[in-house]
Amino acid sequence: MSILTVKNLTKQFGGLVANSNINMEVQKGSITAVIGPNGAGKTTFFNMVTGVYQPTSGEILLNNESIVGLKPHQVTKKGIARTFQNIRLFGAITVLENVMIGMHNHLHGGLFSTILNLPRVRKEEKEARKEAYRLLEYVGLESFFNEEARNLPYGAQRKLEIARALATKPKVLLLDEPAAGMNPKETSELTKLIYNMRAELDLTIVLIEHDMKLVMEISEHIVVLDHGEKIAEGTPDEIRNNEKVIEAYLGKGAATTAS
Amino acid sequence: MKNWLSTIQQNKRLQAIIIGLYIVVTFLSLYLAQKSVVAFLLLLSSLLLLYFTTFSNRVKWLIGGFVLVVLLPFAASQGEAYQSYMEVATLVGIYIAMALGLNIVVGLAGLLDLGFVAFFALGAYTYGIFATSQANNFMPFGQYPLSGESFWVFIFIGCLVAALFGVLLGIPVLRVKGDYLAIVTLGFGEIIRIIFNNLDKPVNITNGAMGLASVQPPRLFGIDFMYPSQFYYIVLVILIAVIFAVRRLEFSKIGRAWKAVRENEIAAQAMGIHLVRTKLMAFAVGASFSGMMGVVFAAKQTFVDPTSFTLLESITILVMVILGGMGSVPGVILGAALVTILNLQVLTELTNWLNQLSLNGVINVPDALSPAKMQRFIFGIILIFFALYRPQGLLPAKNPAFDEDELKNTEGNLVNTSVQKEATQHVHLDR
Repeated sequence: MSILTVKNLTKQFGGLVANSNINMEVQKGSITAVIGPNGAGKTTFFNMVTGVYQPTSGEILLNNESIVGLKPHQVTKKGIARTFQNIRLFGAITVLENVMIGMHNHLHGGLFSTILNLPRVRKEEKEARKEAYRLLEYVGLESFFNEEARNLPYGAQRKLEIARALATKPKVLLLDEPAAGMNPKETSELTKLIYNMRAELDLTIVLIEHDMKLVMEISEHIVVLDHGEKIAEGTPDEIRNNEKVIEAYLGKGAATTAS
Repeated sequence: MKNWLSTIQQNKRLQAIIIGLYIVVTFLSLYLAQKSVVAFLLLLSSLLLLYFTTFSNRVKWLIGGFVLVVLLPFAASQGEAYQSYMEVATLVGIYIAMALGLNIVVGLAGLLDLGFVAFFALGAYTYGIFATSQANNFMPFGQYPLSGESFWVFIFIGCLVAALFGVLLGIPVLRVKGDYLAIVTLGFGEIIRIIFNNLDKPVNITNGAMGLASVQPPRLFGIDFMYPSQFYYIVLVILIAVIFAVRRLEFSKIGRAWKAVRENEIAAQAMGIHLVRTKLMAFAVGASFSGMMGVVFAAKQTFVDPTSFTLLESITILVMVILGGMGSVPGVILGAALVTILNLQVLTELTNWLNQLSLNGVINVPDALSPAKMQRFIFGIILIFFALYRPQGLLPAKNPAFDEDELKNTEGNLVNTSVQKEATQHVHLDR
């Protein structure tokens, strides 16, 4: 069953066509990778799915319901969470609170009930703190909970972005280069984490990644973009041997020499 | 020195003795030497000392409340300077509440607002118009001025009016960011002042540059509030309510959303935070504190005119926030108190003293150089020094420290362990 369907998605910035007629289907519970050389339009694609950019034309369906035209916070409410390629944590705030901010839509304290400090709000806050701590444990960051987010090591910051995204209770999780800047040990931990999340939290995962080892190991379905167009899709094995893909990455002639 | 400080930090009894002694000594010196401004300021600064003790919050509030409610007014009440002391204390309270309001907008939500005094003006005029005969000019019904008893209702009306205008200002203004936002809010502040200055025709609503005179004093159980010593208590009550409100909001879902917007708007949206609503709420809550204090200000001065609400006032409030520490409630309180006291007492006292000296022919200070006239100059220097040496302010904002024991859960994990085991097997199969 397809949870996320993209039909003829196009985005133009003036004369520049960043994404052109992209079609894809993401199966529920799958791990799908979107790959492509730099500037292929992968992040633009993510930005359209999450409502940061509005597509020039085309459709995006989440569970057969259109999410085009929704604001980013509404998309989050519908159940799509994301992380960012250039880390966007709330730097001056503690790690625990970063995760708690992710719970924003699941907390109900209003202005007056907060000012009056009603027992209901206090209880909810306490629960939220515990839940946030559990999420930190889940990604392995619990020892940092009182640190400011900007003081974390790079790999930990990437994990915190994931924990924060999980706090929104998503159905689909978009990871934008989750392994960028990680060392091999951190990458293998991340691989395990992605597997675990999919299995335990009933998630569908779509990721952009340049680390081909990770991509080939983890994903069931791969979509390749180049110059804003989808040039191939299929299983890792199919992609590995696809001439167009090799050409896009290595240049013309590489495909023939390789085979 | 460090050693010595840490010994005190660990020993609560020692702290209690020190703070107790300090309060008694300053209390007595104010009580005996009525004219000493220094004694008055030293007694006030016992609150700062109290802030640095390691007592529980409840104890701090109790001691602080006792000093402010009983000791300070009583010690000051013995001489002729009583009302001028209380006047200063009242104004300090008014400015603290305003600075706390601006702190929400600038410090927590990160929206630079250079026209904040407009909300203060709105509050002041709201009460000023209806508590003088002014309202007779345009209101089709009712008898004005309203009696002093209406003051208590007007505190809330002023609060609502300011919040409403905060939202109205916010809707168009929040499309712009950063520097542009500062310019637009600056414009808004000036527009409000100019409107009040000119709204005497075609219908006379604000009485223009003449201002509104003889505003009804507040009245409770047949007692009129006329003196600063009485307003002091009104301000104190409102201020405590404001501090509680700010503290609670800061560490709630709403406060976290403000900080998230400040730190990174795109990420905040991706977390499901409604950007516009969050910013509007910051504007409205910040403005409402200012509006309340505007009502009190109008009643205290018994006179409202547009010259009280100039750009310099907005800047002064911003200076309080930056000096104290953006986003830090204790810092902003300290900053507001320092700036107000510097303005009202230290600079004027210095001027008086210099005048005295030149009268006696000791030195001759030209009038143009009197400290009271150099307010902006002195502010400028203070700001430059702070920007260079202490950009986070006097008491920088602190993040809440959570207790790990409270966070650790005994009732099981995010997913129970049996699922986790299955998952690892599943992974193996996949590979």
